[in-house]
Amino acid sequence: MSSKVIHALYNDDEVVLKAVKKVKAAHHHIEEVFCPFPVHGLDKAMGLAPTRIAIASFMYGLVGLSIAIWLTWYTMINDWPQDIGGKPNSTWFANMPAFVPIMFEMTVFFAAHLMVITFYLRSRIWPFKEAENPDPRTTDDHFLMEIPVGEDEEELTELLKETGAVEIKVVEVEDTHDH
Amino acid sequence: MYQFSGKIKTFSLTLITIGFLATGWSFYNGLNKTSADAKAALAAEQHGDHGNTAKNHDNSSAKQETHHNDTNEQNAGEKHHASHNHHDTGHSEEEKITHKLHQMHNRPWAALYVSLLFFLGITLLVLAFYAAQRVAQSGWSIVLFRVMEAITANLVPTSIIMLIVIVLTGMHFNHLFTWMSDGVFDKSSQNFDPIVYGKKLWLNTPGWIVRGIFYLLVWNFYRWFIRKNSIAEDTATDIKIFKKNYNASVIFLVFFMFTESMASWDWIMALDPHWFSTLFGWYVLATLLVSALTTIAFVTIYLRSKGYLPKVNDSHIHDLAKFMFGFSVFWTYLWFAQFMLIWYADIPEETTYFVLRFSEYKTLFLSMLVMNFVFPILLLLNSDFKSQPWFVLIGGTVILIGHYVDLFVMIMPGTVGGSWSFGIPELGAALFFLGIFIYTVFSAFAKVNPVPIGNPFLKESEHFHYYNIEHHSSTGENNHH
Repeated sequence: MSSKVIHALYNDDEVVLKAVKKVKAAHHHIEEVFCPFPVHGLDKAMGLAPTRIAIASFMYGLVGLSIAIWLTWYTMINDWPQDIGGKPNSTWFANMPAFVPIMFEMTVFFAAHLMVITFYLRSRIWPFKEAENPDPRTTDDHFLMEIPVGEDEEELTELLKETGAVEIKVVEVEDTHDH
Repeated sequence: MYQFSGKIKTFSLTLITIGFLATGWSFYNGLNKTSADAKAALAAEQHGDHGNTAKNHDNSSAKQETHHNDTNEQNAGEKHHASHNHHDTGHSEEEKITHKLHQMHNRPWAALYVSLLFFLGITLLVLAFYAAQRVAQSGWSIVLFRVMEAITANLVPTSIIMLIVIVLTGMHFNHLFTWMSDGVFDKSSQNFDPIVYGKKLWLNTPGWIVRGIFYLLVWNFYRWFIRKNSIAEDTATDIKIFKKNYNASVIFLVFFMFTESMASWDWIMALDPHWFSTLFGWYVLATLLVSALTTIAFVTIYLRSKGYLPKVNDSHIHDLAKFMFGFSVFWTYLWFAQFMLIWYADIPEETTYFVLRFSEYKTLFLSMLVMNFVFPILLLLNSDFKSQPWFVLIGGTVILIGHYVDLFVMIMPGTVGGSWSFGIPELGAALFFLGIFIYTVFSAFAKVNPVPIGNPFLKESEHFHYYNIEHHSSTGENNHH
């Protein structure tokens, strides 16, 4: 089965942001916007749900913190007690100040790396994956808005022209991925 | 334009009066303390401290191994430890009473001094932050310029009081700085202190007075200059004054970075003259800077709620809260950097600083960490919370109290040792300076246009919108992106 979509290309992030707002105001569904760089406020304009990556990042940080606490306790106190600055080291807490840098670094390490991995998974990208963006110019200096069309093709084209699109084309796509 | 209302005037004058009377009373009360009072207080203390004798015994022998001369006059912290061990160190009952009496006499001075430095420091850091905004030619903060300028008006009265305190201290009206007492630099004297003697190039009373006056004069000169020329920008026809202000701010910032460090050595670190920390200036800077940003946020939120700052939107509040959050973490970083190195190395002359704070000020010392680090992290981490004035007010109140306590724990151990308390002297001084702050800041704000209309970046500031937040107030309505 195949369907038709409109690809409207823009060459400025401010223009594409205004265009998205205008298209949304006219009650059209925007399938996707492909950008060469992140455009602030675009997700909100497209009506996407706010990102939860901050919450995930906080939890990853806690995971890193816990692992750091366990690691320092196991390696420095439990498994092979280490003499830290000549201080009595029978408990983890008595040596805690020495472990703070480790706890800090592990928190940051886990939050950052797991956040990136989460982002890759949620965006369905992985090494050697074939590119999904319909036009290679969206990796350079163009922005592409993808809108599915039914009966209203001409009206939509007219609207997109008004928003400052530099190129508008209607393409047939195979329905390969579910949305 | 803002009117300095009679209500605020009455309120601030009431605070000043109450604070002045309380401070006056505590000076009268504190300075009239006699040896009999000291003896009674000491007797009550020793009764309670009996269980600690063994622990203190260890401390004192460790100190002797490192060639500290225990019979000399040392800073209040070490004296305090010694005072528990008069059998070993030869401190007579007489000396202990004199020592205790000195602490009692110091208390009203120290109480005044903590609040004075707190308000002077906050005001100075607002001035420095303002100068940094000019140097960075930042766009977002222009609509807050008149608020910051108004706050810096408080520099004048606090500097005058500081000047008086400096002169009186130099003239031995108090014993806040132990190294200023007689004989400390005299090798034949019983009071001779070899450690302080080694620092005599820096730690000497005339130098200390001259430096203090010098810092205050230059800071006030820049404030006077920049305020005058900022107002002149409003009616200027070209960009010349703006550029001149930029140059003056660059020079001031360079000067400030040196003098702020030096002032914190002179006015705070010198209270514990045996101890030193190379990042102390930074640490004090962090404390005062986070308090200064909180103060800017508070005054801004108040004036905006009254409708005098129509150009200030939620993004400006959000940015101030981001600074509050960021510098809280910065403060923690410096606090920990200072603490960990001393804890790790475990050298007696360095650890005395923290030993005293852990033994006599434990609750304050630890609760300060919670208030200045844990609380701001939890409350101001979330982006949405930072644009809510109420959250900023709650978080800011804890930050301000926390950093007052921080300064308290920096100053009190070296001046009153273990005989600290929070009562009428401390509260009175805080109210007194708060009253002065409110009076000077709001009367200064009423004097000029609340919007710096001559600043070339004004438009940018008005349109400032951090993409990730919604503007709630009606004032931000025309700014949606």
